[in-house]
Amino acid sequence: MAADGNRSFLQIQDVVKDFNGHKAVNHASVDIAKGEIFALLGPSGCGKSTLLRMLAGFETPTSGRIVLDGVDLARLPPYERPMNMMFQSYALFPHLTVWENIAFGLKREGLPREQVAARVETMLKLVQLPKFAHRKPHQLSGGQQQRVALARSLAKQPQLLLLDEPLGALDKKLREQTQLELVNIIEQVGVTCVMVTHDQEEAMTMASRIAVMSEGRLLQVGQPGDIYETPATRFVADFIGNVNLMDGVLAVDEPDHVVITCADCRHYVGHGITGSQGMAVTVALRPEKIQLSRNKPADEYNTALGKVKEMAYFGSFTVYHLLLPSGAPLKVSVANVERHRSDEFTWGDDVWAHWSRTAQIVLTS
Amino acid sequence: MKASRFNLWFARAWLAAGYGFLFLPIVALLVYSFNDSPLPNDWRGFTLRWYRALGDDGEIIAGLWLSLKIAFLTACGSVVLGTLAAFVLVKYKRFGGRTLFAGMVSAPLVMPEVVVGLSLLLMLVSAQRVLGFPERGMMTIWFGHLLLGMAYATVVVQSRLQDLHPQLEEAAMDLGARPAQVFWLVTLPMIAQSLAAAWLLTFTISLDDVVLSNFLSGPGSTTMPLVIFSRARLGLNPSVNAVAAITVAVVSVGVLITSYLIARAERQRTLDLAAAARA
Amino acid sequence: MNGANGTNGIGGRIRRAFSGRRIVIALPYLFLLAFFLFPFLIVGKISVSEMDAVAVKDLFSVADGSLRMNLKLSNYAFIAEDSLYLQTYLSSLRYAAATTVLCLAIGYPFAYFMARAKSSRQPALLMLVMLPFWTSFLLRVYAWKGLLTEHGLIANLIIGSGLDHGLAFAGLIPAPGKLMNTPFSLVLGMVYTYLPFMILPLYANLAKMDLRLLEAAADLGASPWVAFWKITVPLSKAGIIAGAMLVFIPCVGEFVIPELLGGPETLMIGRVIWDEFFSNNDWPMASTVAVVMILLIIVPLAVFNKYQAEAQEHGR
Repeated sequence: MAADGNRSFLQIQDVVKDFNGHKAVNHASVDIAKGEIFALLGPSGCGKSTLLRMLAGFETPTSGRIVLDGVDLARLPPYERPMNMMFQSYALFPHLTVWENIAFGLKREGLPREQVAARVETMLKLVQLPKFAHRKPHQLSGGQQQRVALARSLAKQPQLLLLDEPLGALDKKLREQTQLELVNIIEQVGVTCVMVTHDQEEAMTMASRIAVMSEGRLLQVGQPGDIYETPATRFVADFIGNVNLMDGVLAVDEPDHVVITCADCRHYVGHGITGSQGMAVTVALRPEKIQLSRNKPADEYNTALGKVKEMAYFGSFTVYHLLLPSGAPLKVSVANVERHRSDEFTWGDDVWAHWSRTAQIVLTS
Repeated sequence: MKASRFNLWFARAWLAAGYGFLFLPIVALLVYSFNDSPLPNDWRGFTLRWYRALGDDGEIIAGLWLSLKIAFLTACGSVVLGTLAAFVLVKYKRFGGRTLFAGMVSAPLVMPEVVVGLSLLLMLVSAQRVLGFPERGMMTIWFGHLLLGMAYATVVVQSRLQDLHPQLEEAAMDLGARPAQVFWLVTLPMIAQSLAAAWLLTFTISLDDVVLSNFLSGPGSTTMPLVIFSRARLGLNPSVNAVAAITVAVVSVGVLITSYLIARAERQRTLDLAAAARA
Repeated sequence: MNGANGTNGIGGRIRRAFSGRRIVIALPYLFLLAFFLFPFLIVGKISVSEMDAVAVKDLFSVADGSLRMNLKLSNYAFIAEDSLYLQTYLSSLRYAAATTVLCLAIGYPFAYFMARAKSSRQPALLMLVMLPFWTSFLLRVYAWKGLLTEHGLIANLIIGSGLDHGLAFAGLIPAPGKLMNTPFSLVLGMVYTYLPFMILPLYANLAKMDLRLLEAAADLGASPWVAFWKITVPLSKAGIIAGAMLVFIPCVGEFVIPELLGGPETLMIGRVIWDEFFSNNDWPMASTVAVVMILLIIVPLAVFNKYQAEAQEHGR
């Protein structure tokens, strides 16, 4: 999933979309490389769909530019843009067969009949539906409809493929399967792809780079691992996966380590940060980075005592909700590595939570 | 449980009485059209003479022919105007005079026909004085029917157009179709059924219209309803019964066939969906 | 960007003026302006004009170098003073109101039971309502003539059962036995004709109602009767208004039914307009009567319009 060569194939430059005073997209800028699968991730109302629609041409930016391969798209209506979209509802034409649906875009280009037929056949093979050419959309299952929608959007060999919540309409089992299939097809075709989703799992498994959006702004852009392990803001840390957030004060500020005093513990972080002593910071700690034990660990830093308040059993792991002395909660995720643990924790137990010197993320905003 | 049984029978009784009320006159018309007597109430025997008399009834035949022509033209024109108006009302949420437009489109639905007929006639007469045309006749009747038909057609098409998923038209544009092509290739096929319904509805309304036709007709342009109306005003007339019976028969067959076709299409669709779900 | 080909300049202006959108809006708009609005303005104008034996005189005339406007308001004054006109207007409103109430009383339960019937049966039920609707209304009204005239089927039933005494007592028929050309026959005819107009919008509304609301009400302890009045009826308000307007407004100006089934004592304004125009050849008077009638129905018309607009907003 490498982003090769042309790093600025699609440039979104300071785009703003203002709906009567409400800024749905608020100065968004990002460069997308050719061949990337790029995800816009965020909660509903964050502006990701609006941004996608501006790429497709269904909305015009209030200000800012969108440049694809050097061409400013501003004045182009959707039917003249070299990109195609796969809609969340698939939007297959119900009165046309699968074949005619896929051929629709090709016919608008005025291609000769044999060429259209050849392309449609190729697409049908690509999505593995060659025998369904003469069915109508209502005669297909949800998964099949999606494949037709994908074939239709790839038929014209667009420079950019836009996906609007591609897996939203599928149930969980089908979703996992489809995620991988979808990525395979997109990489096989080699098309640059921008997808919009509110599902972080979807974004992290499918995309090569993710942009986390909130309230019209792009909060952080990076590879899934970076976003998860090095979130830039509280929002990003909280939005992606689960996280424990602890407010504290910077007690010791050295170039190679810092110590942060929090209400229930003292953090020793094994790297320097930009800041000054006495500054207020937030420490973000992922639940799976914490270990639990009945005995007090040797370390005077990076430990906390808590009482087990809740336990949520997920089969492959258990999430313990601890109550710390100050009243703050601590979520700890423990993998169930053995089928039966001899010293299982239970409600009301006092346990010690402990984590390493590189497990924390220090946030200043 | 007794209450619900009572409710069930009450419902059935009410529906039966209601349908009886609706259909009684129609059945009576049919029955008396075979009555061998000019008076509807004394039964003298079964006969087909009124039907045979229709064949020689030049007035009715001429009226029928004229009415069919006007109805056909009305239906075609109403569907075109109605589709345009429906399109405008659904797609363009803001333009100058939209409220006036919406009001004018739906007003003929409820406006008493004497008012519409009177006003239209007065305007046509004034126009005739100034421009020299149009003469009262088939064309003026057609204008009046168009006005009425357009209102009905707009309602029918508009409700279908509104239910249309906007993403379908966006998808078409995304795939390279210009707005006019989107309309022809995607929107129109999808509203085709409602266009047919609007056509039939406006055809029927035009065929049946009395008041507007009366105001707007000229010498020699007497529609069938006008013939029937003038005969009915004078009293009971068995030829009217015969016409009625034929009309009822044609309409019933038409409605039954359409209902059957629609039901069959629905059943096929349900089967298709079930098959797809299993796949 | 800009330039000769672009959106500025004369070429661009003309292109914009004739843009597809404008033409699409203009076509039906102009048709309606020409054939709906303009005629009403003419009616207004003629109502204040003088008419000699043949033609309507102009409002404006030039004499002695000055422009004179002749507004003849005597027609309006006449209507205001003549009790017969007033009575006719009131009578029309009364008959329309009575018809509407009766249609609602019969039609609401009817539509309700239709909507609650087994869903496989509903298309057939709907079709059975549509069938009379599609059959010529003129013929069906004519049929009542045959049924109510002396020795007619329904006439015999009513007289035979003694109901006609009750009707006479209520003032709906002048005397027992005489059922035709009476207020009774008129209202019967109007209810009969307009019943489908009440049933169809009500059915459309009730069929769409979410039955789970009634389940929720029952779960919270409401009896079916209470649930009906507190949930079903309020939710069907839009359908009730639509049906009522579709019946009331046209009824006020009905002509055919009063002509065929009404009598000398059933005063309806539609016939007055007709007579003034065709029998008396008094166009200004007919126009005046029409203008006043339009003013009478303007409030219900506005209500209907508002309902239409709202129905579109919510996509029905």
